[in-house]
Amino acid sequence: MDTGQGSAVTGQYQLSHLRSIEAASIHIIREVAAEFERPVLLFSGGKDSVIMLRIAQKAFAPGRIPFPVMHIDTGHNFPEVIEFRDRMVAELGAQLIVASVQESIDSGRSTEESGADPSRNRLQTRTLLDSITEYKFDAVFGGARRDEEKARAKERVYSFRDEFGQWDPKNQRPELWSLYNGRHAAGEHIRVFPISDWTELDVWQYIGEEGLDLPSIYYSHRREVFRRDGMLLSTGPFVTPRGEEERFEAVVRYRTVGDMTCTGAVESTASTVDDIILEVAASRLTERGATRADDRVSEAAMEDRKREGYF
Amino acid sequence: MELLRFATAGSVDDGKSTLIGRLLYDSKAIFEDQLEAVERVSLQRGNDYTDLALLTDGLRAEREQGITIDVAYRYFATPARKFIIADTPGHVQYTRNMVTGNSTADLTMVLIDARKGIVEQTRRHAFLASLLRVPHLLVCINKMDLVDFDQEVFDTICAEFTAFASRLDVTDVTFIPISALQGDNVVTRSANMDWYQGTSLLHHLETVYIASDRNLIDSRLPVQWVIRPHAAEYHDYRGYAGRVEGGVFKPGDEVMVLPSGLTTTVASIDTFEGPVEEAYAPMSVTMRLADNIDVSRGDMICRPHNKPVVGQDLEAMVCWMTDKPLKVGDFLMLKHTTRWVRAVVRDLHYRLDVNTLHRDEGASTLTLNEVGRVALRVTQPLFYDPYRRNRQTGSFILADEGSNITAGAGMLLRPN
Repeated sequence: MDTGQGSAVTGQYQLSHLRSIEAASIHIIREVAAEFERPVLLFSGGKDSVIMLRIAQKAFAPGRIPFPVMHIDTGHNFPEVIEFRDRMVAELGAQLIVASVQESIDSGRSTEESGADPSRNRLQTRTLLDSITEYKFDAVFGGARRDEEKARAKERVYSFRDEFGQWDPKNQRPELWSLYNGRHAAGEHIRVFPISDWTELDVWQYIGEEGLDLPSIYYSHRREVFRRDGMLLSTGPFVTPRGEEERFEAVVRYRTVGDMTCTGAVESTASTVDDIILEVAASRLTERGATRADDRVSEAAMEDRKREGYF
Repeated sequence: MELLRFATAGSVDDGKSTLIGRLLYDSKAIFEDQLEAVERVSLQRGNDYTDLALLTDGLRAEREQGITIDVAYRYFATPARKFIIADTPGHVQYTRNMVTGNSTADLTMVLIDARKGIVEQTRRHAFLASLLRVPHLLVCINKMDLVDFDQEVFDTICAEFTAFASRLDVTDVTFIPISALQGDNVVTRSANMDWYQGTSLLHHLETVYIASDRNLIDSRLPVQWVIRPHAAEYHDYRGYAGRVEGGVFKPGDEVMVLPSGLTTTVASIDTFEGPVEEAYAPMSVTMRLADNIDVSRGDMICRPHNKPVVGQDLEAMVCWMTDKPLKVGDFLMLKHTTRWVRAVVRDLHYRLDVNTLHRDEGASTLTLNEVGRVALRVTQPLFYDPYRRNRQTGSFILADEGSNITAGAGMLLRPN
């Protein structure tokens, strides 16, 4: 061993930061496919899950992605996103499972929040956990990133969930090098976050480099909105302005894609990936801070939801 | 643009949070909503300053107790590089977190309070960085404003640290005098220390040469997954997917597959984008071989004249990470590259005091956060390199057979 056969090789063998994090993400997805019985990839139609699908495609090419794709459907989606989801999945030839929050409500597993314009954000957890049990999934890929939110900054790439689907942030497995420990007992599962180390800017640069298709609402468009709690919400079937809240037309785009009831638009004229990269680089607000009412409930809103089994 | 991963460790009062906060703020990686949230909480708590530690202490328990209990990852970028910070607590009871943060770091940043000089924690940080073979050590002598920017203070600390570091296995040490609070030598060179001829801290992070840190000599491809598409056009396709963990592979190279020992040549190296002319760490690729030989997950592809060590009797430095102590005779699960094997603890040669480097040869256990030299025997041979030669093929984790938790981390040594 150690014959030192290599010639003097210099710094030319260097990957760019995007190709380096992409290679790490591919490595993670392959580890999961190899070590788990039934993985599933969560797909919302949002930009992070589009990236997840692309990386999964790369990991197994020229073969197909060896696990199904699942959408937790709140029934409160932007129609553009559902149309996009179906097109993507068809192009890839992947198997799509749609788990419906409406069905969870109808069967009495979940209860709609009271009040006007109820959000189904929190209800997704019950539907997700029930689906994991039903299909016996033992690994669930999510597109969460650590730069999104401070509780997520602490979460492992392989995030262990007990039989109740709970996350215990104070009792996480140490994660060293790229040696992932997915060992678990029956009924427990692992949430896997292969793009943990990507930032919002990385995501957009990658979308640009790869020429990835996205739902149209990520790009600047004109839409009827109203202002609530400092956010621009779209008028539509699931949310309507109350008393003082005035409807108006604005030129907007979405930085994240969630429920129509809690996802805010930002005023923007960015209509291409390059425009958006410039906008993101100059932004002084985090994407969730700017656009997500669900994170504003309390300082630990995300941590609390994650403990219950949220994405 | 290159990626640099660096680890920091520290306690409440050494200015680490201030420094990270400043790096993030100056590179515009802190957002207004995050800063407002931190200001609001600082005010609620009656602090008369904005506590930037609240940015990284993301868990409820951490904010309640005012301490960092886990590794937090933070991200920022400058036009030169993208940075990932693994920010860890510095107390001895968090040694395992420091080990975790250092395991993937290209550089470790050690902070020293200029008024206090080298303390126990400084030695521990430097030792753990050397144990984990972090290629670059950056020693920031902070709070220079509180010692009147005195060169003599700086020089004395540097000399003392250098004397200590000579006992460690560190190759590249850089010293920078800074004031994180006032910004001296953080982003730009300070006018208050004209005696200092080096670069600013940020400039060092942007330019420290990391391209030669990877092993480009010992070609290693641990097989993760075999790609056999069920499609007519790829009927005979058989690709071995994995991440290159060392060396360079090219089509036409003669390669050997372990454990079979069979040799063949590389037919092609495929990616989603198409075949590539060469593959090197840390690329994730799919290799096709010229001959149809039996290869499966857990196998290692290498060069016939440069093989890893093949062995079942392992010598390693182990950091223990769980409450139940490690003792001779214990059975554990061990993951190395892409394979899990069972391991039995044959011997505990000594326990190492991470503060004094004293070796206790009478130790009979390793408890939480302790480091020691251990002999293990595993059920199947591993294909490994000494950790000092390759951090990826020289490392392993240990898991408890019952609870499945990650109980320890090991760095392989050259066999006896």
